[in-house]
Amino acid sequence: METLGPLLQYLISGLTNGAIYALIALGFSIIYNATTIINFAQGEMVMLGALCAISFYHLYPSLPLAFLGGVAVVTLVGLLFERLALRPVRDQSPLILIIITIGGADFFSGLAMMIWGKEAYSLPPFTGSKPLHFFSATLLPQNLWVVGLGILFVLLLEAFFRYTLVGKAMRACSYNRQAARLAGLPVNRMVQLSFGLSAALGAAGGILVAPLTLGIYDMGAMLGLKGFSAAILGGLGSILGGVLGGLLIGVAEALASGLISSGYRDAVAFLILLVVLFLRPQGLVGSRR
Amino acid sequence: MNGKVMGTLLALILGFSLVLSGCGTEKQAPIVIGGIFSITGPASYLGEPERNTLQMMVADINAKGGIKGRPVKAVIYDSEANVTKARLNAEKLITKDKALAIIGPSLTHTSMTVLEVTQKAKTPLISCAAGVGIVSPASERVWVFKTAQTDQMAVARIFQYLQKQGLTKVAIITVSTGFGVSGKKQLETQASKYGLEIVGNEVFGEKDTDMTPQLTKIRETDAQAVICWGTGPAPALVAKNMKQLGFTTILIQSHGAASKKFIELAGDAADGILLPAGKLAIFKQLPDTDPEKKVCQTYDDMYQKKYKAPASSFGGYAYDAFNILKMAVEKAGADKAKVRDAIENTKNYVGGPYISRDGKTENRMKRPGPLAAWYRFHPSRILPNNPVLSKTTDKIS
Repeated sequence: METLGPLLQYLISGLTNGAIYALIALGFSIIYNATTIINFAQGEMVMLGALCAISFYHLYPSLPLAFLGGVAVVTLVGLLFERLALRPVRDQSPLILIIITIGGADFFSGLAMMIWGKEAYSLPPFTGSKPLHFFSATLLPQNLWVVGLGILFVLLLEAFFRYTLVGKAMRACSYNRQAARLAGLPVNRMVQLSFGLSAALGAAGGILVAPLTLGIYDMGAMLGLKGFSAAILGGLGSILGGVLGGLLIGVAEALASGLISSGYRDAVAFLILLVVLFLRPQGLVGSRR
Repeated sequence: MNGKVMGTLLALILGFSLVLSGCGTEKQAPIVIGGIFSITGPASYLGEPERNTLQMMVADINAKGGIKGRPVKAVIYDSEANVTKARLNAEKLITKDKALAIIGPSLTHTSMTVLEVTQKAKTPLISCAAGVGIVSPASERVWVFKTAQTDQMAVARIFQYLQKQGLTKVAIITVSTGFGVSGKKQLETQASKYGLEIVGNEVFGEKDTDMTPQLTKIRETDAQAVICWGTGPAPALVAKNMKQLGFTTILIQSHGAASKKFIELAGDAADGILLPAGKLAIFKQLPDTDPEKKVCQTYDDMYQKKYKAPASSFGGYAYDAFNILKMAVEKAGADKAKVRDAIENTKNYVGGPYISRDGKTENRMKRPGPLAAWYRFHPSRILPNNPVLSKTTDKIS
């Protein structure tokens, strides 16, 4: 029991952060499937989601509305980003498009700095801030919200891709773009939709985690990189892989900072990224392309 | 051909002598005060109010006719919390801008590198950072002063309180920046003097968003109090995470957390947190007899009027630095060495923090300093749009 206590606590901390990384990783995967590019502005969507929701909450103090408003605005941002920054140059090589997304990331964080300033903002927890006791560990209701809604979003995403016509069309585009176009699928619209969808996922992650970690204009870069590491670890393009990768990285981070030293926290995620790229570039569940 | 060359030469000489004579009319030339602040980057919450304050004060003094008739010009550079940039800024201020004195930098590590430059150039530097290493040993740091309370004083104040409460075991959690490293060193070295044992010693990054692993380790110890040393949003997260982990031990923050923003970010978790701080954070609760109340009020009013935001203790460091420098220049004129001596012999300055240079001016440090006050956060008393820090009755003299 003595040693189990902290371990369980690390696990809770790791799973909470991991759920957010997983949502970001899924955003990377969705866009990768549709376009074979990595959208490095994904982390900024998380930041925009958190800050937009905080602003909405200050305008009208209702958390569900703030949540929906934040997701809606960021989805729109994602759609516009694709339409204005990427589609005009869509025939360029993926490398150029990836660099454009890095520029986009800088643009979004700069914009957020101008709108919200350099200060951090907080969002109240969804339901109370009284810690719950769980065996030897304690957790906040917000931890449950993050993990619970995270699972819900992943299931919804899976159902969307599996059972809806649009989802099936998006999958078709990712398997073979040329064939999809020949079959009459509007590939461009699918690509744009993928940006909207991953922006929405990122925003949802940001709003979920905002009561725990605060929202600040420069939070996106680090979250984006962690989510990217998670996507690579799990296998870029795979939903199951993204979830696995996110949770593994979250837990590994928490264990490293708890058992070794907090200084290694960020190093762990990137160490995993490097090891995976050396040993198993297709990720845990990814297939070779 | 020859005539042309001669003509050019003549023109050059004429131009040059004009420039020289321009320099000669010293009464017209402005007094240049340099500023190096972390205006952007991770420590922007320090640098921005400091820059605003310096600009505001310079505009104010120029509107009043300058210092003894000479206008004042502030040349302010952004160090972006980066030591290399801070160093370049200092060199530029001294060689290119011919600054009489420099205010800043905002951070302990940037101050440590800038003071190497200013010491060599024999230029007075008034730092706005906390680390005690900036001004000690005093015999070496001849040209360096600072207005922010030292971490040495803050740690001593905290330990006095713990000793009085009869507590013996503390855990510390410090940020990995210069402020935290310097604070950690003070906490570790002074603990034994107050009969305290440090049973938990953890570190976090200034951008970390989850400190539960470190705090879980602290929870496993038998610490009776937790001391957090950091600035920015991270200390607020430490408070939140401690609440999440169900801590019942008291949390003590450093003066780096003494801002209204801290209460806003920590929310309920701010309740009951103790901290030492300058008086600016709570001046509205001070009795009217307190001479510093008026100073804080004046500064806050000015700042509110110009920037539509409340003044912070950090901007207050620049406010004091400027006023002390102004007093010195009024007394000594625009001569670096004389200004330095005048700063060191500043008397009867009423402001938030004190000018702290130990050694020769040690006697001044022994007076009840800016950390005489001891505060407790009471979020329950925060008004909707006007959060205040309120002072408790357990003030230590």
